[in-house]
Amino acid sequence: MTTFATPSRAALTAAGASASKARRPRKTWYITLIGVVLTAVMLFPIYWMINVSLTKTTDMRKSPPNWFPIDPTFSGYQAVVSQQLPYLATSLIVGLGTVIVTLVLSAPAGYALAKLRPRGGGALSFVFLISQMIPGIIMAMGFYAIYLNLGILNSLPGLIIADSTIAVPFGVLLFTAFMSAIPDELMSAAKIDGASSWRTFVSIVLPISRNSIVTVSLFAFLWAWSDFIFASTLDGGGKIQPITLGIYKYIGNNNQEWNSIMATAVVASIPAAVLLIVAQRYVAAGVTAGAVKD
Amino acid sequence: MTITQKTGASSAHPAGEATPPVASPGFPVDENSPQRRKVRSSQWVAWAFLAPVVIYLALFYVVPLYKNIDLSIRDYTVRSFVQGNAPFTGLDNYVKVFNDPTFWPAIFHTGFFVLVSILFQFTIGMALAVFFYNKFRLSGTLRALFLVPWLLPLIVSASTWSWMLNSDSGIVNSVLQAFGIGSINWLTSPGWALISVTIANIWIGIPFNLVILYSGLQNISADLYEAASLDGANAWQKFWRITFPLLRPVSAITILLGLVYTLKVFDIIWIMTKGGPANSSTTLSTWSYQLGFGSTLPRFGPAAAVGNILIIVALIFGLLYILMQRREARR
Repeated sequence: MTTFATPSRAALTAAGASASKARRPRKTWYITLIGVVLTAVMLFPIYWMINVSLTKTTDMRKSPPNWFPIDPTFSGYQAVVSQQLPYLATSLIVGLGTVIVTLVLSAPAGYALAKLRPRGGGALSFVFLISQMIPGIIMAMGFYAIYLNLGILNSLPGLIIADSTIAVPFGVLLFTAFMSAIPDELMSAAKIDGASSWRTFVSIVLPISRNSIVTVSLFAFLWAWSDFIFASTLDGGGKIQPITLGIYKYIGNNNQEWNSIMATAVVASIPAAVLLIVAQRYVAAGVTAGAVKD
Repeated sequence: MTITQKTGASSAHPAGEATPPVASPGFPVDENSPQRRKVRSSQWVAWAFLAPVVIYLALFYVVPLYKNIDLSIRDYTVRSFVQGNAPFTGLDNYVKVFNDPTFWPAIFHTGFFVLVSILFQFTIGMALAVFFYNKFRLSGTLRALFLVPWLLPLIVSASTWSWMLNSDSGIVNSVLQAFGIGSINWLTSPGWALISVTIANIWIGIPFNLVILYSGLQNISADLYEAASLDGANAWQKFWRITFPLLRPVSAITILLGLVYTLKVFDIIWIMTKGGPANSSTTLSTWSYQLGFGSTLPRFGPAAAVGNILIIVALIFGLLYILMQRREARR
């Protein structure tokens, strides 16, 4: 899940760019129909999750199951409100914390790698590329050993740090790619005006990089929100746990109330939906910026 | 161009090579000349910006990885884990892991899971990319919707698939019965568990393949297709003679990246089957987790050893990927 974002974002960009110059063939309604059917098949599990979340417990084991939420119940969502809110709040805090850590670390690094030409910068970029490939279970085990000795198992800052390791390499690479595109003339102009590198970074580079900041933030938030492996290893015994553990425990304890489980799953999917809607807009903005630059 | 290629390109030409014009190499510069001082101070500034992330890398990447190696070459018990005085045992844990009856099944399952996942993800992703290349009404919206499975938290996808594949009340068996095929114990029979988690993983990975291959298609000139049409080529010939050969570099990158990321998959398998029944869907990553955290008596040494084997396999494919990408970027 974590690291797929780089290509996707780029592809969205490419897609958006070419859509504008594509000419539309005349008779395409049947292709659209095939497209709609394919999308429906692909999204069926998501429809099913929503359908089950609205199914009455008494109908849950019915054979064949109800294909549509006729006579829906909202008891699953009531269960979410009464039982899962603390988990959702924890995930929100962990997600926001991860975003802050990721931005603070990766934006300056991206700026340095893109514009300040550090010796050994190429090697450092290579390290970030490799670090994205380390399986989560290995990081989790290492963190577990360290946190146990430090006594910070089951703590939110510990979980935030661990979750940020998913997003920081991505953030550095994305910021480097985007900040490389900022014209050097802008930097030299600031320098001539007597601005320090820090000043240039804060008042010129960061405002221009708004879109990449939003993109990195959204992905960092989504990955922290979705994280299961760090949560289950580093926060498995904690009093405050994220929503992924909330759902996991729900599945374990409670094999009957699948409407509540699926209702929780629907609520846990909201950030992904928001990301899809919001990030697309920002990606589109990135495309126009690129078009002007070229 | 994709960002991956951009980052690949920028790392392919290390910033150090592009020395600022003030100090061209080979040109003798006085030790204390203002130019030399300027370059040196700009290096200080650059590394000051990088310092936080470098410290972070050392603390939160290098130390956990070192700890993992340390775990794998010592005989840790729960007690010595806390006290940190476990005896050094060299490669004992690795030998234990190799001789474990789970080792070869875990390797086989990992191979099956990764290869079958990639085969289907790539084929379906390619077909969809070619399909979406025909611009039609709603194509942008539908393509965006295709991303949803990939953005969902894995626990959401995994639990939804668990319920869909439930033996008695799952929708999949209900449909199979309606067609007179009869029901399958997807998650509870050793013969089907691995296939079930692979199906779920294919579903999650299709968007990734679609998106990269689609962006690859954008870089193929439309003139080629037009020329082929004039020569009377049909759609099938156009795919095999133009699309497929020209997409080969992008395809190789997609597949290698897919390999690296599929090797890492843990959540889906653990949530759906816990590697069971009877280890029938255990892969290297779930086995490592099982050893370290899955029971009341953790075996950290062997768990770390399995993890380190996994990381070596992942890095081999990862380096291949980076090599491919750089070759691509240099073109």
